[in-house]
Amino acid sequence: MPDVHTLVNEFLNQLKKRKIEGSQATAKQAAELLRSVISQQRLPQTHQATALISAVRAVGEKLIAANPVELAVGNIVRRVLHIIREEDLSLATAAIDGLELSAVSDDEDDVERDDYPVLSAAAVAAAARSTLRPPSLQTLLEDTPISAAIPHTSSSGGDSEGKSRSVDKSSRGRKLKHDVIEAVNELIQDISTCYEQIAEQAVEHIHQNEVILTLGSSKTVLEFLCAAKEKKRSFKVFVAEGAPRYQGHLLAKELAARGLQTTVITDSAVFAMISRVNMVIVGAHAVMANGGVIAPVGLNMVALAAQRHAVPFVVLAGSHKLCPLYPHNPEVLLNELRSPSELLDFGEFSDCMDSASGGSLHVVNPTFDYVPPKLVSLFITDTGGHNPSYMYRLIADYYSADDLVVKRRPATTS
Amino acid sequence: MDARRPPRAVIDPKVRTVGFFTPPDPIQFDSNSLSPVMIPPPCHSSENLDLHSPPSVTPPSGDESVSVTGSYNGSSSELFPAPMSPALSQKIVAGDGGVGGGIVASSFPRGGGVPVCKLTTVSVVNTDSFAFDERDKPNKGGGSSMEVKDQAMNSKQKNEKSSKAERRALQEAQRAAKAEGNKATGTVTSGNLKSAKATKPPQKVDNTSVAASEKKGVDRPSEKDRKKDVPHPRMQYDDKSRVEKAKRRAVVNHTESRNRVELFRHLPQYEHGSQLPDLEAKFFQLEPVHPSVYKVGLQYLSGDISGGNARCIAMLQAFQDAIKDYTVPPEKTLVRDLTAKISSYVSFLIECRPLSISMGNAIRFLKSQIAKLPLTLSESESKTSLQSDIERFIYEKIILADKVIVEHAVTKIRDGDVLLTYGSSSAVEMILLRAHELGKQFQVVVVDSRPSLKGKLLLRRLVEKGLTCTYTHINAVSFIMHEVTRVFLGASSVLSNGTVYSGVGTASVAMVAHAFHVPVIVCCEAFKFHERVQLDSICSNELGDPDVISKVSGRGDVNHLDAWANAENLQLLNLIYDATPSDYVSIIVTDYGMIPPTSVPVVVREYSREQVWI
Repeated sequence: MPDVHTLVNEFLNQLKKRKIEGSQATAKQAAELLRSVISQQRLPQTHQATALISAVRAVGEKLIAANPVELAVGNIVRRVLHIIREEDLSLATAAIDGLELSAVSDDEDDVERDDYPVLSAAAVAAAARSTLRPPSLQTLLEDTPISAAIPHTSSSGGDSEGKSRSVDKSSRGRKLKHDVIEAVNELIQDISTCYEQIAEQAVEHIHQNEVILTLGSSKTVLEFLCAAKEKKRSFKVFVAEGAPRYQGHLLAKELAARGLQTTVITDSAVFAMISRVNMVIVGAHAVMANGGVIAPVGLNMVALAAQRHAVPFVVLAGSHKLCPLYPHNPEVLLNELRSPSELLDFGEFSDCMDSASGGSLHVVNPTFDYVPPKLVSLFITDTGGHNPSYMYRLIADYYSADDLVVKRRPATTS
Repeated sequence: MDARRPPRAVIDPKVRTVGFFTPPDPIQFDSNSLSPVMIPPPCHSSENLDLHSPPSVTPPSGDESVSVTGSYNGSSSELFPAPMSPALSQKIVAGDGGVGGGIVASSFPRGGGVPVCKLTTVSVVNTDSFAFDERDKPNKGGGSSMEVKDQAMNSKQKNEKSSKAERRALQEAQRAAKAEGNKATGTVTSGNLKSAKATKPPQKVDNTSVAASEKKGVDRPSEKDRKKDVPHPRMQYDDKSRVEKAKRRAVVNHTESRNRVELFRHLPQYEHGSQLPDLEAKFFQLEPVHPSVYKVGLQYLSGDISGGNARCIAMLQAFQDAIKDYTVPPEKTLVRDLTAKISSYVSFLIECRPLSISMGNAIRFLKSQIAKLPLTLSESESKTSLQSDIERFIYEKIILADKVIVEHAVTKIRDGDVLLTYGSSSAVEMILLRAHELGKQFQVVVVDSRPSLKGKLLLRRLVEKGLTCTYTHINAVSFIMHEVTRVFLGASSVLSNGTVYSGVGTASVAMVAHAFHVPVIVCCEAFKFHERVQLDSICSNELGDPDVISKVSGRGDVNHLDAWANAENLQLLNLIYDATPSDYVSIIVTDYGMIPPTSVPVVVREYSREQVWI
């Protein structure tokens, strides 16, 4: 336990100091951390899933608070919670399956019922994912009468109650932990291979002699372009450098090294060049449920320019970047101001500031831009291409509605 | 919507007047006749009268006019006997063909002093300037278009479309006169060059009538002249033979950069950094370039002088120096030789850095001034006259124009405004400082971009003056735009389709402002307007040194592109300008007032007229 504690604290510190770069790395580390939290968590005889969930929540809350802007952490916490719920559910159904059918329908149904009013899509998605309960007309029909008949299961802890009725608890507890860890491993695997899955689709989107523009640097974009290049497509890439981090330089260097015709342009030249570009392909920091994108700063400008010239604006995002939240005032609330030293050298203007004339100077150096969904033409995730308007539905596959708010629940329950 | 309404209200009277007829000045500066910018009102009234009244008075018979011409010429040669050798003038007549006749015809009335005279004197002026233009054209090369002046005569003579019968009658008369004149008094009168010069003084006397006739010419330029108005195509650097030719002439040694951007083959892409030492070493070998011009050229090359106005002023002052030190070589005429000289200076400057459009306009002005020098002036007189012309251009077209712009634009700043500006524009800077002087409470957001980082210099000057500033980079513009109430932008040029041609990034800023419904105010002196049109930023642009992109000042950690030239597939593109579509621009503040982008061609047209007699 202390082991986990130190691990958590270490990760918290890293998050707070913004030491971890990139949402993929963050997501992976968060998932690994949660895995060790789960594996070290001692489970009580009853309410095992609840115990696991509350443990993960407690850690997750801290992680999210450490860097609220890094949405990937929250996403991973929610996905792990979702995994626990699903595994628990499938265990319960498997265990009870033979015993009493009514319990199954009861159990499954209270999940359904629980979700239904909040986010029916999430419930249907969850159903779709577990092979045990294919979404059929029957389940939908069964739903209403039974939920009406059994009102006591409507609380959020309903599924754990249903499980508490199950017979051999200790063996199930071990099984649950094991399954959850397996599933989290799978998740980690997914995160690290999402590049490849996205890159596989590159050939479908890039044709011969295409001119592509991108801004800043994203590993996903790099892999995507290179995958198309490997398939013998020849095309040109314009890379905007992406102030204030200038990672476009890095991307350009890598692309050129892999044999792509690459041209570095300044960020200010994006508008000038976009009229000669066939497609804009960029990475994202996070994708919100409404299809809006939290992206490296400058991309809103690029998206507007692309819209003006009717150039498709394609966002590549691994599934760990899909955030189930809807943004409110994201330019401010989901943004972070970086150090002014990236724009002005320290002390560069100190001589002016001393003067009595009363002038003052602020330096604004935001990290992210919010690209509204109407400016995005297409999302390419590891599950394929999607419209911005479809993102809420895609996201519902990965999260259960109970977990959307990670923070407040533990405060009320524990 | 709300924001756009006020400008429109303010503009309304002014714009209209600019467009079609001269305004009774909206701006105080004009009243004391400082600004040539406005066409003086009196001239108009007279013009209009002239246009319509004279034809009826025109002597119907060709004979009469011829006789008048003859007498006039006689007197003129008496009056101004000195400068012309008959032989020379003969030659010129021969060369210029049809035009000479026009002069004869048109020159007659001056002596006559009949009501007709005004109109025709005018045409004298026009013709001779026409003649000069003909000569100038080869020199001008890339220059263009604004040879408005010549239209008057031509249109009078050739434009059959002219609806009014009287005018046609006048033309007939003139043609007859010309025919007669050529036969009879050809030797004495003609030589459009010289006699034109002889007739110059009158022109100066009654400017008004000149303007009038020009107006007239403007109204109905003939098809041929229209074509002449079209700007010359620019040098295309993917045209190998022409590039070769240009190279042979070149003073500055350019080495083509290795990693050229394919899309921009039509623009010069040279290795930077090598020319400067090379040029410095050549200083003593370069006989034809005047030291001042040379100095300015080097300053352009090294980037010490940048910004449209600064470059333009530096160039004009260098030319001023050059003219001061200029002596007419034996057996040459000042007009021809000096024009050639200036042309060679200009091509030297172009080699150092491509001209901005405003500089092109200034050069065109200077050349037309040279061409219009009266022959009667002695060498020193013409030199001082040219110098004062340049002085006046700088003062009226740049300095005074800026003052007018500031006065207009300041009215658009209210208390509590957050003004955003991009890069560094001298006009915008003056506006901000003026508003601050007036005690307006506002904040300034300075948006900057690599590689020039000019905004930093502006920021420093503003902060030193005590303004409240926010500094950010161009990528953050959509972040900061939420708080902004006005966007002020400078421009390198405004093209006649309303496109604002300005430092790269301006278009992005304007676009984002447009998307956030923030009014975009472009501040640009009218001498930077140009009748060229452009839709994108690619067909015509300037490419800067690509090396500066690979290095980020103050950021040692960004060094991935250090050896970029060795990477075969890697190009760096450093665009200097971009073109902002006119729909992003709410108003353009010029010395004529505040106009919508759609009114730019009107200003361009009027402006090109007026430059003739500035």
